[in-house]
Amino acid sequence: MFGKGIIKGFIETARNFAGSYHDPARMVTLQYPEEKRALPENSRNFPFLVFDGNDPIKGLRCVSCKICEKECPPQCIYIVNERDERGKPLKHPKIFDIDISVCMSCQICVEVCPFDSIKMDQAYELSATERFKKLILHKQDLAKSNDYYHRIHPTEADAVDAILEAERKQHEAKKSAASSETPPAKQ
Amino acid sequence: MADIGMESAVGISAAGDGAGPGYRLLAKESPEEEGRFLEISMGPQHPSTHGVFRMDVLLDGETVVRLKPVFGYLHRNHEKIAEGTTYLGSMPYTDRLDYFNSMTNNWAYALAVEKLAGISVPERAEYIRVITAEMTRLQNHATLMGFLLQDLGAMGTPLMYAFREREKILDLFEAVSGSRMMCNYMRFGGCRVDLPSGWLEETVRLVDEFPGFLDEFEALLAENEILMARLQGVGVLSAALAVNAGVTGPMLRASGVNYDIRKVDHYGIYDRFKFRVPLGAHGDCYDRLMLRLLEMRESIKILKQALKQIPSGPVIDPKVKIRNFKPKPGEAYGRIEGPKWELGFYLMSDGSASPYRYRVRPPSLINLTVLEDLCIGQKVADVVVILGSVDIVLGEVDR
Repeated sequence: MFGKGIIKGFIETARNFAGSYHDPARMVTLQYPEEKRALPENSRNFPFLVFDGNDPIKGLRCVSCKICEKECPPQCIYIVNERDERGKPLKHPKIFDIDISVCMSCQICVEVCPFDSIKMDQAYELSATERFKKLILHKQDLAKSNDYYHRIHPTEADAVDAILEAERKQHEAKKSAASSETPPAKQ
Repeated sequence: MADIGMESAVGISAAGDGAGPGYRLLAKESPEEEGRFLEISMGPQHPSTHGVFRMDVLLDGETVVRLKPVFGYLHRNHEKIAEGTTYLGSMPYTDRLDYFNSMTNNWAYALAVEKLAGISVPERAEYIRVITAEMTRLQNHATLMGFLLQDLGAMGTPLMYAFREREKILDLFEAVSGSRMMCNYMRFGGCRVDLPSGWLEETVRLVDEFPGFLDEFEALLAENEILMARLQGVGVLSAALAVNAGVTGPMLRASGVNYDIRKVDHYGIYDRFKFRVPLGAHGDCYDRLMLRLLEMRESIKILKQALKQIPSGPVIDPKVKIRNFKPKPGEAYGRIEGPKWELGFYLMSDGSASPYRYRVRPPSLINLTVLEDLCIGQKVADVVVILGSVDIVLGEVDR
């Protein structure tokens, strides 16, 4: 019979329509600004800098080695070293900017960072009216505490903390071994 | 390639009119032909063109006489950028080629680099790759069918059904890779991170539920008289033309040519799975649509087997360096059967940290070359449908 297929299709549509009132498999829409989806732990959006302790600037783990700046595919990171009064570079960034209008959240900076100092954030409501004032994030906007990192990526943060702790212990053991075995040469 | 299309479509007028280089229409202006043909420009801002794509269509009444695809509006200089950055640095750019299928794009690129540098991939990573690639195929085909029906005038309903299913797959992609569409998940020698806990169980549930959606979609479409009238016998691609034009993937198989790189190349671990390659008989739009439905069913079979067999173990070869990755001089071509068709990456290394030559074999572009042959003699309303059944993504055509 001509039209049978169309009627079959309409039955399917009607089933879906009725289901959208009671069947959880059909009720998938979220009313976005009012309702928000819980993000999965791995979810990533623009990077941020982790700091330990209480001072967001002094506690930064970043040593300004500029590896992320070099490896960043769209080249959205800009770093300038802090220097002491004699011009010797210190292990601290003076400027650390990320242009998030260029950043594509690819996570390569996180992967190449040897000091676990840059990590991916999950904040996504970042629209702004002014690109150069709001979308270029400076050191103070990027610095977020280790507690925040633990909140958004708990499993990953625990693993990172364990690695850092092991490194610190190893470092201390080496230091104490070196100081006990060989006395300082010149005093 | 892109500028060849531009040139032949607009053409620079012959010198001598004194006005300098200008543009002329495609239609020849002779007195007897005056007013017979109508040249219209469909796109780049056209709801049916699947992106910023323009078709210069020459019409005799409603029949298409000539059609020139014009593209390049989305050109991003992907290949040249890749030659200036590191090997790893172009991985996130491959996500943006065919933005529906970033997992398979990543895999094709990783495969090419692994061939170049002679890297082996751990067992678990191979399984993860197969699982994510087949899920990509599911969501790509579901989206394509939805969009094709949208082009036919089924406003919204089938597309939304398809998107509902696609969302579930994208949620799983986000859980494993961190991003819904720009996954950037594969690495040379494996995958970036291991699967999160509970992911496999959720995937098993999704794979169990997915055939229900396919049945629903089939009930919606398969016997629909309007659909058959609009699709059967429209845009017939003969097997000989398909082979000569280098068309691959579902479009080639809809013309009845049995060629699936999963079966031919056995890349990854595809030789371990039992699945069949569906073939079309007529090569028309209806075959292309239904073939994708059948392919989804085969993908479900592969997924079920892979989810049963997946072993535990490492997901990445720890010897592969992330920084200072410098493969030995040489060349390699890695290709996979992407959801759209054969996606290949050709790489040439000179021993430095960035490739000397980087070339993408973009399936969307190569399958577009037969668009004119498919459209000539058809009605202008069918051009929209034929383009929809070719299933292009402009991110890949223009690169």
